[in-house]
Amino acid sequence: MVTPDTSPLLALSDYTIRFATPDGTVKAVSGLDLTVARGETVAVVGESGSGKSQTFNGVFGLLAGNAETGGQALFEGRDLLTLKPSQLDAVRGDDMAMVFQDPMTALNPAMKIKHQLSETLTVHKGLKRRAAEAEALNMLKKVGIPEAERRIEQYPHELSGGMRQRIVIAMALLCRPKLIVADEPTTALDVTIQAQILDLFRDLTADAGTALVLITHDLGVVAGIADKVVVMYAGRIVEEAPVDALFAKPAMPYTAALIRSIPRVDRDAEAVEPIGGRPPDLVNPPAGCPFHPRCHFAEDKCRQERPLLEAVGPGRRAACWFPYVDAGVTHHQTEPASA
Amino acid sequence: MPETLLSVENLSTVFALRGRSLFSKSVELKAVSDVSFNLDEGETLGIVGESGCGKSTLGRSILRLIEPTGGRIVWQGRNLAELSNGEMRKARRDLSIIFQDPVASLDPRMNVGQIIAEPLKVAEPSLGRRDRRRRVETVMEEVGLAPEMINRYPHEFSGGQAQRIGIARAIVTEPKLIVCDEPVSALDVSIQAQIVNLLKALKERMGLTLIFISHDLSVVRLVSDRILVLYLGRIVEIGPRREVFQNPGHPYTKALLSAAPIPDPAIARSREKTALKGDPPSPINPPSGCAFRTRCPIARDVCAEELPPLAEVGAAHRAACLFSQEVRSEPALQG
Repeated sequence: MVTPDTSPLLALSDYTIRFATPDGTVKAVSGLDLTVARGETVAVVGESGSGKSQTFNGVFGLLAGNAETGGQALFEGRDLLTLKPSQLDAVRGDDMAMVFQDPMTALNPAMKIKHQLSETLTVHKGLKRRAAEAEALNMLKKVGIPEAERRIEQYPHELSGGMRQRIVIAMALLCRPKLIVADEPTTALDVTIQAQILDLFRDLTADAGTALVLITHDLGVVAGIADKVVVMYAGRIVEEAPVDALFAKPAMPYTAALIRSIPRVDRDAEAVEPIGGRPPDLVNPPAGCPFHPRCHFAEDKCRQERPLLEAVGPGRRAACWFPYVDAGVTHHQTEPASA
Repeated sequence: MPETLLSVENLSTVFALRGRSLFSKSVELKAVSDVSFNLDEGETLGIVGESGCGKSTLGRSILRLIEPTGGRIVWQGRNLAELSNGEMRKARRDLSIIFQDPVASLDPRMNVGQIIAEPLKVAEPSLGRRDRRRRVETVMEEVGLAPEMINRYPHEFSGGQAQRIGIARAIVTEPKLIVCDEPVSALDVSIQAQIVNLLKALKERMGLTLIFISHDLSVVRLVSDRILVLYLGRIVEIGPRREVFQNPGHPYTKALLSAAPIPDPAIARSREKTALKGDPPSPINPPSGCAFRTRCPIARDVCAEELPPLAEVGAAHRAACLFSQEVRSEPALQG
C-alpha cells in the first residue's frame, strides 16, 4: 500500500473561457471551480452549449484562436494555462489524454494502426520501434480488439466504429496517463458497443487507477460508472454530487428535470417530461439564475440575483436559491403542474 | 378490431456490390431478407437493431425510397411494389418519412415555408398559393413553431427546432403512415423528450400510424405498441411491447436490453457486464443457420445447421430461436 496522494490531480479554479465573435463575447465558461481526484471517475453532464466540452478543450490547449482563458487549471500543481506549447505537449499524451466522440477525427486515415499507436510511445516514452509495436499490440488486446495481430496492420477505414473507438482508447492508455478525458465517447455508437466501451473504461480505470472525466449529454449513461457528477448549465457548474445522491435527491431543479427527461428501458411509461425552452444565449445570458427562464420554481429572487455554488450536503454543491436539502421542504420533488 | 393498414409480405432488398477487381463477379448484400408483418391502423411499430441490421433500408423499402427486390407491400389493397411511378407519386401523400439528421435533411437554400410546402405542391397541385401558405402555417403551429418563422432558413434553427420542421413537412399532406427513421438520435436527451412527446401527440390528434426506427430501446419502449427486432436483415423477434421488453424470446433481444443504460446508479452497477461481444458479422457473408449464433451466449451446434423459423412464443409474439423457452425462463430486466 502506497500512501495515498490526496492532493487533487486536476484543479480548475475561477476558470473562465471567452470567445470573441462578431456578435459579441461568448461567455462559454464562467468562474468554474472543479477538482478531479486521483483515480476518480467524474461525469460532466450538460446540454449542447453548456460549456462542458470547451472546459476540457481548454485544459488540453485545444481551444479555437479567438478564445481567451482566465483563472487557473492546475494539473499536479502546474498551471496548464501558463505552460509553453512544448511543455504542454509533454503533459498531453504522457500524463493526460483525450478521447473524442468521433474516433475517425482522432485517427490518421493514411497511417496503419500499428504506426499510430507506436508513434505515441516513441515520442513520449522514447521507446525503440520494435518495443513500441509490441507494447501497442499488448494494449490492443487489453482493450478487447479481436485478432489484434491482424487489426494492427490495418488502416482505420477497415475497422468498425466500435473498434476505432477502442483503438483511440488504446492510444490514450498507452503512456499510462493519470487522467483520461472522454468527450461523448459512446454517443456515435450502438447501445451494444456503448455498453462494451463503458465496461472497458470501468475495468481500465479500476486496474490502473486512472482518473476519468466523462463528458456527456446523457445522464443515464454515466449512472453505473461515475463516482461524482458535475452538472453544467450556461457555462457554470449548477450542481455537483456523488452519483447516488444526485440521482436519489437532485438539489437543483435543472438536475431534477434532466433526470426526468430520460426515457427508461426498464419501465413502461406513456410520456417523458421534457425541459421546456432552450439553453440561454451566452452572449447575453439572463440576469439572475441562468436557468430561471426554464425553471418551474423560479421566484423573483431567481430572476434578479445569481445564486452561487454552495455546499448543500456532504460532497454536494448546488447553485440554487431554493435547493433541496435533507431537512428542508422539498419543492423540486413535487411534480410541476404542467410542462 | 382495428383494420390492417399495411401488410408487408416476404420483403427483401438486395444490393449488388461491385467485386474487388474489374473482372470479379458482383457480390450480393442482403440488407433485408424475407420480412413479413402487418401494421394496424393507429398503431406504432418500433423497429430496433444495431447499425447495419437493415432497419433503415426496411423503412425506406416500404416507401419505395429504396426499391425492394422481392416481396409485396400491400397498402389499401394494392401492392405498392408494382405501382407505376405516377401511381406511386399519388400514393405518397399518405406515406411520409422523418429523417435522423434534422439539419442535413433540410435544403439550406429553401426557407421554412418552402421546405414544408414542397410535398404539398406534389400532392395537391391545384392548391392556390394562399391556401398552401395557410396549410403551412397551420402545421407549423401544430409542431410548435411560431408561424412568424416561415421565412427563416434552416441554419437559423437548433437541432430540435430543425426536427420540428422535418415533422411539419412530413405531416403537411395529412398522411396516414409515417416512417420515423431515428428521429431523435441526433438530439440532446432533454430535447429528445420534446420531440417524442410531439410525435405522440400528433399521432393521437391525426390518427397516424407510425413505424419508429431506432437503436435506442428506451425511446422505442416509450413510443411503440409493438416491437420488431432485426438482426442482419431478418426479423428475430416481433411482439407486443410489454412482452418483448419483459419476456423476450430471442437471446439477441435480451442482449440488447442488457446493454441499454439505466439511469439508476444502484441498478446500473449491479447489472452484469454486457453479454454481447464484438460487432455484428458482415451481411455480405452471413453465418450459416442462425445469423446470431456467432455472438449468442447459448448457441449450440444445431444453430449452425438450420435457419430457425419465426415461431409463436406467446400471444401475437414470435421469435426466431430454437431455444426461446430457455431464453424466456429468466426475466430480461429488473422492475
